[in-house]
Amino acid sequence: MTTLIYTTCLGLFCMLAEVLNLRKLLVPAIIIGLTAIFAVNLQHWGITTPATIGSVSVSHMIKMDNFAIAFSGLAIIISILIFVLSANYYKDEQNQISDYLSIMVFVLCGALVMFSYNNMAMLFLGIEILSISLYIMAGSRRFDTRSNESGMKYFLMGAFASGFLLFGIALIYGASGTFELEGISKYIAAGEVVPMFYLGVTLLLFAMLFKVSAVPFHFWSPDVYEGAPALITAFMSTLVKVAAFAALYRLFSHCLGGTMYYVEPLLIIVTGATIMVGNVIALSQINVKRILAYSGIAHAGYMLLGVLSSQGNAASSVFFYAGAYAIATIGLFALAIMTFKSNHSENVEAFNGLAKKNPFAAALISIFMLSLAGIPPFAGFLGKYYIFSEAIRNGYVTLTLFAVVNSIIAVYYYLKVVIAMYSQPANDKPLVIHPTYMVVAIICALTTIGLTIVPDMLMQILK
Amino acid sequence: MTLLLLLLPLVAALAVLLSGNKMASRVALLFTVAEFGLTVYAYTIFKQQGPEAFVFFHDWISSPKISINLGVDGLSFVMIGLTNFLLPLIVLSGFNREYSNAKTYFSLMLLMQFALIGVFMAYDGLLYYIFWELALLPIYFIALGWGGKNRVPVTLKFFIYTLAGSLLMLFGFIMLYYYNPNASFNITDLYNNPVCSCNQGWLFWMFFLAFAIKIPIVPFHTWQADTYSEAPTQGTMLLSGIMLKMGTYSLIRWLLPILPAGIAEWGPLAITLCVIGIVYASIIAIMQNDIKKLFAYSSVAHVGLIAAGIFALNIEGLQGSVVQMIAHGVNVVGLFFCADIIINRTQTANISSLGGIRNIAPRFNTLFMIVVIASVALPLTNGFIGEFLLLFGVFKYNTWLSVFAGLTIILGAVYMLRMFQNTMLGNTNENTQHFTDLNWSETLVLGIIAFTIVVMGLYPKPIFELVQPSLDIILNKAIAK
Repeated sequence: MTTLIYTTCLGLFCMLAEVLNLRKLLVPAIIIGLTAIFAVNLQHWGITTPATIGSVSVSHMIKMDNFAIAFSGLAIIISILIFVLSANYYKDEQNQISDYLSIMVFVLCGALVMFSYNNMAMLFLGIEILSISLYIMAGSRRFDTRSNESGMKYFLMGAFASGFLLFGIALIYGASGTFELEGISKYIAAGEVVPMFYLGVTLLLFAMLFKVSAVPFHFWSPDVYEGAPALITAFMSTLVKVAAFAALYRLFSHCLGGTMYYVEPLLIIVTGATIMVGNVIALSQINVKRILAYSGIAHAGYMLLGVLSSQGNAASSVFFYAGAYAIATIGLFALAIMTFKSNHSENVEAFNGLAKKNPFAAALISIFMLSLAGIPPFAGFLGKYYIFSEAIRNGYVTLTLFAVVNSIIAVYYYLKVVIAMYSQPANDKPLVIHPTYMVVAIICALTTIGLTIVPDMLMQILK
Repeated sequence: MTLLLLLLPLVAALAVLLSGNKMASRVALLFTVAEFGLTVYAYTIFKQQGPEAFVFFHDWISSPKISINLGVDGLSFVMIGLTNFLLPLIVLSGFNREYSNAKTYFSLMLLMQFALIGVFMAYDGLLYYIFWELALLPIYFIALGWGGKNRVPVTLKFFIYTLAGSLLMLFGFIMLYYYNPNASFNITDLYNNPVCSCNQGWLFWMFFLAFAIKIPIVPFHTWQADTYSEAPTQGTMLLSGIMLKMGTYSLIRWLLPILPAGIAEWGPLAITLCVIGIVYASIIAIMQNDIKKLFAYSSVAHVGLIAAGIFALNIEGLQGSVVQMIAHGVNVVGLFFCADIIINRTQTANISSLGGIRNIAPRFNTLFMIVVIASVALPLTNGFIGEFLLLFGVFKYNTWLSVFAGLTIILGAVYMLRMFQNTMLGNTNENTQHFTDLNWSETLVLGIIAFTIVVMGLYPKPIFELVQPSLDIILNKAIAK
């Protein structure tokens, strides 16, 4: 609970920083603040006493269990890495930097709520805090029509999904008479479930699948990713995706597990379609942001496999997968943003001959690409391995085989960038990589390799 | 000791990367020779204390349980010996050539050596899989960075093809893990607790496809010839000399003893595919005019016979396959090095536009001749022992198959000798008239290879002694119903 309160205070501080004329100090202040919040967050580890504000118990609203703390920790680390990048990214927009950064901190607030909600109302609030902040950030390049389009599209589609979410929650409330996860779970266990409840669950599921960009609710994501500023795309494809998945996972592990038999066929079809559509459409893309958007859809499919296995405690597998995916994506974006900037292009051609211009950066990008493709010895491989073996353990053998076959397709488009770097002639545009970007990329690369060497560090957290 | 053998190439790869482009090849040679020396030393220990001296166990991942379980038995030792013997030669073959960014090039080779040794040492299924995949990365980047004109589509095909097989194998391993009563990837657990034979049939294909693509067995060979001719020579040597052997080694180590019922069900089909592959690849080799492609197809024919000997499921076949793996590894490196020498000096890979090299390069002629006769399996060369045992093994399995498999010797003689005749004999022409004889490093490489060919041909006993105990265990598991 304190994690959330402090993060909100940090967001408010960012807004005030403009008034106090502290713009230059803002990024270091946020990073220090987030590091402190990370430490505070860890202090709750293993404590089972209900959350309180003062003397008022809020445990029916928010429950800081280990699941929530682990994902909050991951989210805070992701945010720190993104904020390190933001100092240089927004250096030409000094007069708006405090607005941008405070909104990004609020995205994190929304995510924290989504990790720890114990009540359907909090789930809705968390998703809305996160989404509304993102609608603004996606459209934050005011004079760029593509950014406007991105924000508008995201908003319209997102608002629609929120409607579904709210209606679903209302129906569930109507049937069960409670917003609380435990209450709903007890209502299911009692066995007198009315049809209205199932309708509510379906609508709720649709809304969540929209948020994780699962097929057939994925159409917004490539356009939004492409139009949004690259840093926000990085934010969306890491923090937001992790948050949406944790929320979906929590929904099934804490509350709707009893309806699994009902949603299972639907989820299986959605998972298969998500993996396939994401991978196949990514093959024909030439814009790197779009490739990553579609690959993100495919990754969502793999994580849905983990959600399917949620009855068998697959939390640590999903956690590892999300962590490996997010770290590799941030590292990739750190270097890609610089490449986009120096080439004024976001297409694969921008990477042509990078190995000659900057062999070290090219090697790092290769590591991230191979990790995303799930090739050992990088963390992405172990993530896939955990998810697959968890899915097999829970009996989804055919679906896993399907996912395995599809991950062969994925290699093609990840290697497209690697091939461009290593076998195409270099253009004459110089590539300048800002030191902070390089540092972030190196940290991510070391983590990507280190997680393979000591995977238990993450895997044991949620045991 | 085990760890030292495994990790020295990794350290060497880093050292080469830091040493700078000028020194890279020399540093790499130094380390590979040291590694070979270490292997010789390990051999003396192995002789005295047996495999127990090489067991290394360390916990790694707690759930699902994967451990760093390394070991060296006779079979592993022979393969490690082959790797560490060939690597210095491969590095040396890169001397006196210009490579852009040489430090990365040689560093990748050493990384490859690390992964290969890991494959041969791993006694844990998933650890083995990780090394298996790790071996793919350096060779892919070697071919992509230093390959020929057409390298991009060719290497991509190679990568996706082999990865496809590997991922199926990963799936197979995970299934084995859950079928196993101890829930373990440990090789002894997998050996001692065979899966229900109802599941072995399809699991067989998960593994067989991965190995068949790597080996390659017809019809999964289509990536191979192009990759061989597009990769730089050292890459081709690594691929054909050692990496192929990963596939045949894995057949013996991971397929025969773990899925005996699967072998009983599908083995006949597999061996038939192998024999078809032998004849098919030999015929294609006869029609090749490109020297590298000719060697590539001859390689398909030879490894097809090795795989056939393994599926024959008798001790002669297995022994023959191990000896032939070593012999073919040595010979094919020699062949591709000769091809590289010819292409480098004449700027053509076209057999019909060559000729008369014998007249002006006698040293090259002699050494090339020895390598060629070894690969057509003339008695007294290493090729003979392996092929003889393999054919005998296949003969015991099925007479008709052995008749077709035996064609490999006749057809092999046809394409090899025709190639030799067209390139080396006859009169010199404008392509070959400026052919200079071998320099010191080339003479050294080919000299060592020729020497090994003869020594192995005369005295193969140490290899038999080394591998006999492991092969007995594996064969017992494989034919136990």
